Amino acid sequence: MSALVVALRRHTNPAILTAIGCIIALLIAGSFYSANFLSPDYLLQQLQVASFLGVVATGAMIVILLGHIDLSVPWVMTLGGMMATASAGWWGDVGTALAIPFGVACGAVIGLVNGIGVAYLRVPSMIFTLGMNAVVQGLVVVHTGGFAPQDRATETMHELSTGRALFGLPNALLLWAVLAVAMIFLLTRTTFGRKVYAIGNREKAAYLSGVDTRFVVLVCFIISGAMSALAGVLLAGYATKAYQAMGDAYLLPAIAAVVLGGTNILGGRGSYAGTIVGTILITLLQSILSVMQMAEVGRQIIYGTVIILMLLTYGRGAKTQA
Amino acid sequence: MNRLRYGLLEHRGTLLAGAVFVVLFSVYIANYQTGLNAAVATTVANKGVLLAIVAMAQTLPVLTAGLDLSVGMVFVLANCIASAVVVGSPLETAFGIVVVLAAGLACGLLNGLVIVYGRLQPIITTLATGAIYYGLALWLRPVPGGDINSDLADALTGQLPGGIPSMLAVLLAVVLLVWVPFRNSVTGRAALAVGSSEQASYMSGIPIERVKLVTYALSGLLAAIAGLLLTFVTYSGEASSSIGGTYTLNSIAAVVIGGTSLMGGYGSAIGSIFGAFVLRTIGDLLFVLDLDPLWQPLFQGMILLVAVSLSALRLLKIRNRLDLFS
Repeated sequence: MSALVVALRRHTNPAILTAIGCIIALLIAGSFYSANFLSPDYLLQQLQVASFLGVVATGAMIVILLGHIDLSVPWVMTLGGMMATASAGWWGDVGTALAIPFGVACGAVIGLVNGIGVAYLRVPSMIFTLGMNAVVQGLVVVHTGGFAPQDRATETMHELSTGRALFGLPNALLLWAVLAVAMIFLLTRTTFGRKVYAIGNREKAAYLSGVDTRFVVLVCFIISGAMSALAGVLLAGYATKAYQAMGDAYLLPAIAAVVLGGTNILGGRGSYAGTIVGTILITLLQSILSVMQMAEVGRQIIYGTVIILMLLTYGRGAKTQA
Repeated sequence: MNRLRYGLLEHRGTLLAGAVFVVLFSVYIANYQTGLNAAVATTVANKGVLLAIVAMAQTLPVLTAGLDLSVGMVFVLANCIASAVVVGSPLETAFGIVVVLAAGLACGLLNGLVIVYGRLQPIITTLATGAIYYGLALWLRPVPGGDINSDLADALTGQLPGGIPSMLAVLLAVVLLVWVPFRNSVTGRAALAVGSSEQASYMSGIPIERVKLVTYALSGLLAAIAGLLLTFVTYSGEASSSIGGTYTLNSIAAVVIGGTSLMGGYGSAIGSIFGAFVLRTIGDLLFVLDLDPLWQPLFQGMILLVAVSLSALRLLKIRNRLDLFS
């Protein structure tokens, strides 16, 4: 019995429990409003929408665990979506088949540049990825304005984000589930994952312990770039076309989802389960506020207030003391 | 002599940013058809001063090793409030200005209270409060509109006798009334100390909590001043999240170009002013150099990226590899 209590204590953390509590509360509150809220159809649809944010949050999380941040998400998402659709237009059948990998690869290249800037040039990640965001925006403007590329999503992209191939489960959700398993494995069962946490706690100590910290940081930024681009591909498939600034609404919710899930914004602590819960919470909150036809005004205010209140309950830092 | 060398060293970030601005601006004026005249200077000042003051607002929290991601939204909120209350007789106008500035101060103070007593990270706190301020702005101005005392607006966006843009005078006043007293006060000095090492400051008996509260409150006040000035330039209020977002991001870039360390403890709002003007001039420069408009955003981004990457030059001076990670 006491072993069970110890095990429970070890594997639960207040952030995840609070977030789950909030999700349940939101669902109950929503069900008073409309009976549809607890229907499997509505829930599955929410999970499908959550998958896009979940993919972005995956990339955001691994970078935040290092104690860095990736602000280039918005335009890397747009780049991913645009490159995937354009590839189909440029190279015909081959391009159509390779559309998704090509889009993701473009994001990975941007991530590589981010990683070089942050890990090897030692530029603060906040400012380097911000600059990179501006550069990618410029690239996208040149690309769309100068070459009039195809912006229609391919069949595969559309199918990937809106289809339901297996047991009626949305494909996007399955993709997120696969990514989640891979992330959890990477973070908890590999030396690479250990190194990520070690760097997040103190990079100097990790370096002295023989970790090639710069390489690990580089790889994490590549993952983040690829994830953003993948989310862009999904979003383009969902909307059936890629458009400018399609990623603007994803950066802040992704960071909020990661932090609400209990990951320390300064790095070194956090679990992927928390990110999953945080993502679902943010998506539900947005969905309920829009179903209640709350004006944008109320949505923004409630959104900000909820994030602060939740963090006040479990995300407080230590008091400065001697 | 030693004093001079110390002074140069202490202000190297500001001096460098100032020098870059002078070079860029000279190239700009040399390529501009009419050269430098009062009208050109006024246009440049009206665009540059807004970002300069928002960048000053961002500088204060950065000095304490914090960050304020809500400056852009306070800026937008102040713009919306000003478009509603800064009208009518001189007395009403003056009262309206006080209301706008008080609102900015209150926003900043709220940030400070949550950060200090809630012990939350500044990044995430201001991210969330920024959403709240934007919501309030949207509530005030669901659609762009409103009005402003046009006599005052014309005076502030025009020129002083002698052809000096009035906006520059406003900027100077803000520097002299807010930044200089702050920097020379015990609180200002303590803010830098907190940025260098919160632990050491605590051990030295510095009232960390009060220092942070003052810093964030002043940041809100400065952002509101900029928002008020924006209203004088546009004659209306608009709750636009893209304006807020752009100003927040550009303010961080301006702070870095101005030589302030994002790690805290070193820097100056004067540097940030030059940083803001550098950013603005880059945009104008690409325009007068007749670059294809299609390529302008890309070049602007590249220049920004290269500018911030210049800090990598310090790597050349590092002898001990461990210093990389500090």
